[in-house]
Amino acid sequence: MALRLLWASRVASHLRISVAQRGFASAVLKDLKYADSHEWVKIEGNKATFGITDHAQDHLGDVVYVELPELGHSVSQGKSFGAVESVKATSDINSPVSGTVVEVNKELTESPGLVNSSPYEQGWIVKVELSDAGEAEKLMDSDKYSKFCEEEDAKH
Amino acid sequence: MSLSRAKDLGLPLMNLVRLKGIPILEQLHLEERLLRTSSHNWCIVNDGTNVPTIVMGMSGKPAQLLELGPVMEDRVPVIKRFTGGGTVIVDKSTLFVSFICNKDDVPNVQPYPRSVMAWSGSLYGEVFKGINGFQLRENDYVFGDRKFGGNAQSIIRNRWIHHTSFLWDYNVRNMAYLKLPSRVPQYRLERDHTDFVCKMKDYIERSDFVEKTIKAVGNQFALKQVNLKDIDSYTEAENNLKTTRLLTLEELEKAMADTS
Repeated sequence: MALRLLWASRVASHLRISVAQRGFASAVLKDLKYADSHEWVKIEGNKATFGITDHAQDHLGDVVYVELPELGHSVSQGKSFGAVESVKATSDINSPVSGTVVEVNKELTESPGLVNSSPYEQGWIVKVELSDAGEAEKLMDSDKYSKFCEEEDAKH
Repeated sequence: MSLSRAKDLGLPLMNLVRLKGIPILEQLHLEERLLRTSSHNWCIVNDGTNVPTIVMGMSGKPAQLLELGPVMEDRVPVIKRFTGGGTVIVDKSTLFVSFICNKDDVPNVQPYPRSVMAWSGSLYGEVFKGINGFQLRENDYVFGDRKFGGNAQSIIRNRWIHHTSFLWDYNVRNMAYLKLPSRVPQYRLERDHTDFVCKMKDYIERSDFVEKTIKAVGNQFALKQVNLKDIDSYTEAENNLKTTRLLTLEELEKAMADTS
């Protein structure tokens, strides 16, 4: 766990954002937005980068395959656009915002494990051009997402 | 347990569909449709499939997993399914049991692979109670160290499917179509197919297994039998959802050519 916090701190330092210290819980980075289906999004102007959170990758297990969308594919907030395979399961990845895919992380084809080892950095999945910047208001900030994860885990 | 009694206990409803000899492609299409366009819980039991068929997981690569020459020569159908996991060859002796659930109807199960797998292991633990050696080992159902049931899942926003192909009996010749996969459970060690798997028929009667499975499900859900012909009324209009598909001969030929 100390290593996870060290990793999170290094990522945060690189991204020039602060990290929420959650003790033994998954890393949650401030200045990102989060969906209740455990995707994170970083918005820069009219572009957004997203992937799955540390909480998600931890619960999914070792990712062995990532199904990526085609360039130009339209994504809608809350709807699935791809999938990851881990253990014996395919799990939908849902888009936290609506837009058009302008870039996909091709590194994930050869190295799907990046989703596990670096979910907020090298494990990013797609970049989109936003169609509705206001949609991000519906997402959770880091504090709300942290609480959401804690509540979800506490139920089981 | 009767349906009314189960409902009295507040158990969530699950529709039970009993099939016999339905082609595995049709079964998988049905499951994918029910997962994505129904809001009900489903248990599907298919007693055998019509012809020997190879079924790969979503990310399966034919050249890595199959002996393509014999597969094409013998015209064995090859399907890529919508769930994860490995490759099986199924036939009329295979038993299929699938669960499609709303996550909120199974609240003690988180919608993640290991949690769903543990739930299934517990359910089948009831089915095989008294039979020595049954366990969920890594992600397989085994007697001792021999696998008889392969599992796979697909998890979407609020629902999941867990389906299993049970190796009731097998033809050694059919096993020869499958290569040793690169990703194997640790307990497999380096055993080939015939040393790794076992036949379920050596441990339990076929009808006994089906009835005990339905009974175990009935301890958690209020079961209602639904006929295949009535399923349309439970789903939204079908759109182009199918990711499960039969690979073409051209695709298999290309896969073989790309490796040589």
